[in-house]
Amino acid sequence: MTVEIADAGVAQPEAARGRVIHPVWVRVCHWVNAIAIVLMIMSGWQIYNASPLFPFSFPRSITVGGWLAGALLWHFAFMWLLVVNGLVYVTLGLVTGRFRRKMLPIRPADLVADTRAALGGHLSHDDLSVYNSVQKLLYLGVILAGVVIVLSGVAIWKPVQFQELTAVFGGYEAARYVHFFAMAAIAGFIVIHVVMAVLVPKSLRTMITGR
Amino acid sequence: MSRKRLVIPGVDAKLLVRDAAKVAPDPARRLFLRGGLSVGALAFLTGCDIVDSASAENALRTVSRFNDKVQAWIFDPNKLAPTYPESAITRPFPFNAYYSLDDAPEVDGADYKLEIGGKVETTRPWTLEELYALPQETQITRHICVEGWSAIGKWTGVRLSEFLRRIGADTRAPYVWFQCAEGYSNTIDMATALHPQTQLTFRFDDQILPRAYGFPMKCRIPTKLGFKNPKYITALWVTDKDLGGYWEDQGYNWFSGS
Repeated sequence: MTVEIADAGVAQPEAARGRVIHPVWVRVCHWVNAIAIVLMIMSGWQIYNASPLFPFSFPRSITVGGWLAGALLWHFAFMWLLVVNGLVYVTLGLVTGRFRRKMLPIRPADLVADTRAALGGHLSHDDLSVYNSVQKLLYLGVILAGVVIVLSGVAIWKPVQFQELTAVFGGYEAARYVHFFAMAAIAGFIVIHVVMAVLVPKSLRTMITGR
Repeated sequence: MSRKRLVIPGVDAKLLVRDAAKVAPDPARRLFLRGGLSVGALAFLTGCDIVDSASAENALRTVSRFNDKVQAWIFDPNKLAPTYPESAITRPFPFNAYYSLDDAPEVDGADYKLEIGGKVETTRPWTLEELYALPQETQITRHICVEGWSAIGKWTGVRLSEFLRRIGADTRAPYVWFQCAEGYSNTIDMATALHPQTQLTFRFDDQILPRAYGFPMKCRIPTKLGFKNPKYITALWVTDKDLGGYWEDQGYNWFSGS
């Protein structure tokens, strides 16, 4: 962590002075995304159930839409919210330099040390303005999974009009699996993310009030 | 012509019986939003009251109509669906409908007449013999079901654009409507109707179109999902009005382009 603090020299005093850790655009994008991704995943499970890729289905009680057509309506409505919000977030993250400042660099040695500390429950979350390398990896990873899930979704939706994109994923059937595994990655992230927010409640407060 | 008028008409999509049970149309259709309501946790996030499920359904359908416009805009009339080699054909090709194969319409080819109507010059019905005499071509393309699964098949028939030319259709009209033997129906946009791969199909995998796949005639549209590929077609209308369709009217996206 000491290495990271040097890099995050700007963020550190900010937190110390009680200034905003998450600017308003980060918080708005975060919560809009939370609504969109949960509805996309739950309606997606109902759609999956119409023709499962694996020998299991999702219990209907945790799906959205009631039946295939309903789930499709939800999925193809909230995709707009997910994509537009995602574009705003990624654009601002790049333009403001937040991604670079907060999530880079990820050094393998830190990753090993932080993972070990995290698993032992010793990883400090005292300064929420600085991400440890496990956080950096997961946050960057879930952004990447978000990009993959949108692109593979478009590939499944428009395998004729955007057939070049579908081909990048190895064709229509392969794109379905990519879409599924991207969902699984994001769902896995959400589980860890929510558990961490419960374990470190002030991080939840910070994502609401910014401080 | 012996037409079976079934109470429950059908579509393309395998897993029919299983789906019929699974989808449980009647109550399920109204339970549309139940899943949404159970996401009580979301209510506080959205700050909106999802009390009136009918208004939520209306909102979602409004977005679906917006998506129709987006898809019409994305649709490239010159972009061809990928084609595949013979070796890629899915055999056996899945039969899919709302009913079992035993209940599929049995159309008598000898008596068959395709009725024509709407904005056309000649409404004279076509016999199967006359239809078979039209210039035909073959495509091996991927059929994609709204359920997600797909299968590759080989279809032979006349381009719909060619047929529309022969009946003197006014192709400025925005829609083509199909009526089917079992009561199924579809309306498609004119741009798709004129697409070079949109085909009135008489043969499947080099055989006369079997009953399972829509004898005597289906409309093969590789740029649309399976349920927008009507089977057992008995009437074709060129129209200014969107006459809807069996599944579209129940909430499936109207354009459903691939």
